[in-house]
Amino acid sequence: MKYWRVPLDSHEVQVTRGHVHIIADRCKGCGYCIAYCPREILEFSKAFNAKGYHPPVVKKDDCLNCHYCELLCPEFAIFSIER
Amino acid sequence: MTENPQNVHPLEDLVRMDRIPHIWCPGCGTGSVFASCLTAMKQTGIPYNQFAMVSGIGCSGRGAGYINIDSFHTTHGRAIPFATGIKMASPDLNVIVFSGDGDLFAIGGNHFIHAARRNMDITVICVNNLTYGMTGGQVAATTPHLAKSSTTTVGNPETPFSLPFLAYASGATYIARWTMLHARDLADSIEEALVHKGFSFIEVLSPCPVNFGRRNKEKPLDTLKKYYENTIVRNGANPAELDIDYKKGVILGKFADIDKPTHDEKYKKMYWPDEK
Ligand code: SF4
Ligand code: SF4
Ligand code: SF4
Repeated sequence: MKYWRVPLDSHEVQVTRGHVHIIADRCKGCGYCIAYCPREILEFSKAFNAKGYHPPVVKKDDCLNCHYCELLCPEFAIFSIER
Repeated sequence: MTENPQNVHPLEDLVRMDRIPHIWCPGCGTGSVFASCLTAMKQTGIPYNQFAMVSGIGCSGRGAGYINIDSFHTTHGRAIPFATGIKMASPDLNVIVFSGDGDLFAIGGNHFIHAARRNMDITVICVNNLTYGMTGGQVAATTPHLAKSSTTTVGNPETPFSLPFLAYASGATYIARWTMLHARDLADSIEEALVHKGFSFIEVLSPCPVNFGRRNKEKPLDTLKKYYENTIVRNGANPAELDIDYKKGVILGKFADIDKPTHDEKYKKMYWPDEK
């Protein structure tokens, strides 16, 4: 997790955990979710989707359930749920 | 990733899924602004049938066609007059105008200033991509000085509008600016604007990689990097100092939140004093 500054109580804070879901065939490959996920858990898949784009895949199962990718994605192609 | 048997995105109930994929290009920010807008509507907790969305013409003008509530895709520049009519006929509705900078400030510029002057109780969300995306990237009233467009091939000789300043001078009572990258702040701000009584205006800076970015040597992720690195959140900033200059830093935030009687209230009081 990227912090602007590390909070003094960071070791005590309970972080929420989530699962990120990717609806690969809706993705248009802009890469916004990959570049701005605060946990940097996403990367481009090597495979193409039905539209010919490279959708994101999860490289490390460490989702924070912050829903940021869900808000940012222009295509309704990614969202998170609580674990 | 775990398998989600339904794979249902939480905004799907507000989207006409039969029309998805939408027409917006890869990397276009309009879809992001749209997602923040739908999230804000959910956050208010107001039932969906108490909203109406109106759009004009342009790429972002397609918004009204994708939302799964009562909506109206109007003629060019006329989203605000249609929204005014809806509000006057059904004052209980929350009327949202979702449109672009060209539609709202060039073709429909007069409608904007007069609705703001009257403090018409509607929420105007302007996706500002600095150009006329749909028609091929012509220079707009918002194109930065020196920026290239299909009609200013060596650079724009003009000075652009500062939209929040214009809104402030015209009488808008809620004014904010965000970028599509500030998706959480944007959704919270739209939520605030939706419940605000009076004319609310939110400018959202949003990339048009195809018709603006390409001509100005800016890849979509470069635009987002500017949004991330060269913006400053300053609530209550002086509206006269909100010109868009990434070298100085572009100021974001909420610039006005004023309590003033709306057009509807004043009209009723004077013309139908006996109604509740
Ligand atoms: S919900 Fe947040 S942490 Fe999880 S993938 Fe999306 S942006 Fe990353
Ligand atoms: S933000 Fe959406 S469209 Fe863009 S790469 Fe991620 S999933 Fe695909
Ligand atoms: S032309 Fe520009 S504004 Fe229109 S959909 Fe494409 S990227 Fe978006």
